[in-house]
Amino acid sequence: MMHLDIARNALEFALKQGCEAARVELGRGVQSAFSARNRLLEKVHQAAGSSLGLQLFVEGRYGSYSTNRLESTELHKFIKEIAAKTRLLTPDPARSLPHPERYYKGAGDMQQYDSQQALIGSEEKRAIALESALEVWGSDSRMVSVETEFSDGYVESYLIDSNGFEGYNRQTFYNLSAEVVLRDLGDARPAGWWYEAALFKKELPAAGCAQKALDRALAKLNPGKLLSGHYHMVVDTMVAAQLLAPLLSALSGPAIQQNNSFLMNKSGTQVGSALLCLHDRPLLVGQSGARFFDAEGVATQSRTIFEQGTLHHYFIDTYHANKLQMSPTIGSPSLLEWGGGKGKLSDLLSQVDRGVLVTGFNGGNCNSSTGDFSYGIEGFMIERGKQGAPISEMLISGNMLDLWMQLVGVAQDARLCSSQRIPSLAFENISFSGI
Amino acid sequence: MRHFEVDLPVLQRLIQTALSQGGSYADLFFEHSSFHELSLRDGTVSQAGAHVDYGMGVRVLFGEQSGYAYTERVAWPEMEQAARTAAAIVSHEPKTIAVSPRVLSLPQYYPMALPWDDYPTEQQIPWLQDLNQMIYAADTRVIKVMARLAHATNHILFFNSLGELCGDMRPMCALSVTCIMQHQGRTENATASRSFRMGAEFLQAELVGALAREVVGRTAFLFDAIQPKGGEMPVVMGAGGSGILLHEAIGHAFEADFNRKNVSIFSDKLHKQICHPSINVADDGTLSHSRGAVNMDDEGVAGQKTYMVKDGVLNSYLHDRMSADFYKTAPTGNGRRESFRHMPIPRMRATYMENGTASEADLIAQVKRGVFVENFSNGQVQIGEGDFTFYVKSGYLIENGRLTQPVKDINIIGNGPQALADISLVANNGRMDNGTWTCGKGQTCPVSCGMPSVLIKKLTVGGTH
Repeated sequence: MMHLDIARNALEFALKQGCEAARVELGRGVQSAFSARNRLLEKVHQAAGSSLGLQLFVEGRYGSYSTNRLESTELHKFIKEIAAKTRLLTPDPARSLPHPERYYKGAGDMQQYDSQQALIGSEEKRAIALESALEVWGSDSRMVSVETEFSDGYVESYLIDSNGFEGYNRQTFYNLSAEVVLRDLGDARPAGWWYEAALFKKELPAAGCAQKALDRALAKLNPGKLLSGHYHMVVDTMVAAQLLAPLLSALSGPAIQQNNSFLMNKSGTQVGSALLCLHDRPLLVGQSGARFFDAEGVATQSRTIFEQGTLHHYFIDTYHANKLQMSPTIGSPSLLEWGGGKGKLSDLLSQVDRGVLVTGFNGGNCNSSTGDFSYGIEGFMIERGKQGAPISEMLISGNMLDLWMQLVGVAQDARLCSSQRIPSLAFENISFSGI
Repeated sequence: MRHFEVDLPVLQRLIQTALSQGGSYADLFFEHSSFHELSLRDGTVSQAGAHVDYGMGVRVLFGEQSGYAYTERVAWPEMEQAARTAAAIVSHEPKTIAVSPRVLSLPQYYPMALPWDDYPTEQQIPWLQDLNQMIYAADTRVIKVMARLAHATNHILFFNSLGELCGDMRPMCALSVTCIMQHQGRTENATASRSFRMGAEFLQAELVGALAREVVGRTAFLFDAIQPKGGEMPVVMGAGGSGILLHEAIGHAFEADFNRKNVSIFSDKLHKQICHPSINVADDGTLSHSRGAVNMDDEGVAGQKTYMVKDGVLNSYLHDRMSADFYKTAPTGNGRRESFRHMPIPRMRATYMENGTASEADLIAQVKRGVFVENFSNGQVQIGEGDFTFYVKSGYLIENGRLTQPVKDINIIGNGPQALADISLVANNGRMDNGTWTCGKGQTCPVSCGMPSVLIKKLTVGGTH
């Protein structure tokens, strides 16, 4: 259990140092990880830590600080130093705590904590990691290695501020991952990976993780390259969220306020095809990513981000709302869910006569001001509606706003263990660079 | 030891506890880090940050097995518990080892002329304001400047079951800036940074002026640049930041953990010819004040220079203690970690290629149609497949041996062994890039890189069609 008094005392002490307002977050986390390679338990890692974050508002000035030295003597010394440091800054009238009316005021339970976690012993955790590796080890003569890891733990946080907000949340987590490496032609050693994640142990699939990783590695053997040109592109749900990341960055308050967003002044306008439908669903009880309040204590609510390609909301916290003289929304998304979509990946493939199925991205970036992007990709050819030969060492390039206008298909296969439930997506006329 | 309020008997008892289940090696890593930053936005220095992290970790090895636990309270009960937890990686007869301490004498690659503690915040703020003013004065199209001055100091204490006792005090500082310009309805942004292991003597008018010129020049350049037509073509990598090629294309694949597990594309290539005999590539922890410099790594091994490629031959992998033991060789000082919360693993330091004899103009003149690239933001590699990428913020088309159209925002992809073998010319203009390079391999780690200009016969360049 966390000692909540540490946060309360820190807040009180900060106010005594002359802060007109302050926010304090006490966080604690515990994690254990057991890793196996082939038939051997290779690594055990135990972690437990706490930290205290302090945001001070001193004479119109602002600073954000943290420490894991929580003994009162150390903490008081630290708070004195940071309060003095904050006074040296230029005042920023936009800095303030949220209006109390916007706070979450309930005492709900998001049901993300597995009370059975403490009953799981280290022997069982070792066994999960080892058994997962042994699921496939030695099953193919080309296998170089299989590495698996089982980790579990919990995080809890207590947020309190001088405007009267007080909130607590906690959640457990379980992860099982596998990577299988095979020997291919020449010196190449392609790898396939898979992971499972859950908030409750009973929801974590006990078997099949390494087998899926092996299947994915086998499919990648002996890849080729396509001629450069325009192709239809289908992006697998396992990696589709990576395409969405630049959009989410472009919607953030800091990007908008600094004129560094390709989605500036686009609210209410069409920025994608009618299939671009994205919602923030923070109140889905018992789900990864769900939360009652954000980092400022502001109550979350269901929001439409994009509907039929039209942009509805930016992510604007209190500070950036004040700077931009806009209404605040929420600082960041919680649990993203796609609206609409139907069928599976194979249904999207069946609509494509010739194209590329992208199952992995390899580096790349997106220009935050213009939306110009270029990413390395790997995956498979699509031939007459079916997954064909593997490809690698290719790239896609273009502009984000054009890309989302070229969205022509959406499946309904998003993984529910993720806080970004992005299904497989199909695009037309994408520029690929290859041979 | 005084910094962490521990004494030798405590360290020795912890090592005994760590080896109580039969581990073959154990070490203790104490760390106290303090990080400070000042941020400039909208013309004012209106945000500060400070972050303190304190704790110690215990590691136990047995062959290729490792146990690790850490505590944030440097007190006997918590440290003993961490040692017992790490010990449990094995279950053999306990070893009783009399650990006689031996204080290691280490080199000093980052002496501070002006410690940051002696340079108050009031004196740091004007440097950011000067940088902001210089950038606005340089170009009327500037609409926003974001700048950040950060410095950190890490105190380290290390002790292991070989009796090796050593400590380090590691400074790190960085000044970074992003410039946003608008021109004829278009917006572009670019960044520039410098980072060194040094004290506040880092802050010099020349440095601030150079950063201002660099970031303004880079941003303005982008208004004339395009995404080129993509495909396979020759690539001339400009001097300096092109060291990202070495980092991604070969450096990671030479890290010995991947090779002892036989999952790197270079696992069978040790002591074999992998590129032209004129090529030498080093990973070096001894460059004074470099972001990648280490007096000692995070396993108590002295900083050193390691030739990864010597005369075109794969000369050495980058070792931590575990891989060195596996290969029956000496560790190379590459065992690094993000903090006391992490186990050390093989990581690069400052990675660079030594000079060749050609001029950069010679390289460009060889290319009929290709690209010249000089500014980068990020890269990535697939260790087993060998496919690497790096993102080019700016460069030029090369047409008939001349630089022509500016280009931007292109990713370049290649295969490590093939790209290395395809380096056909190396220029004599090598230099380090002292930007804020940070490597990610599950843990972050400060590094640097450098290179002379090189001509690679063929890489795949992203672009439009």
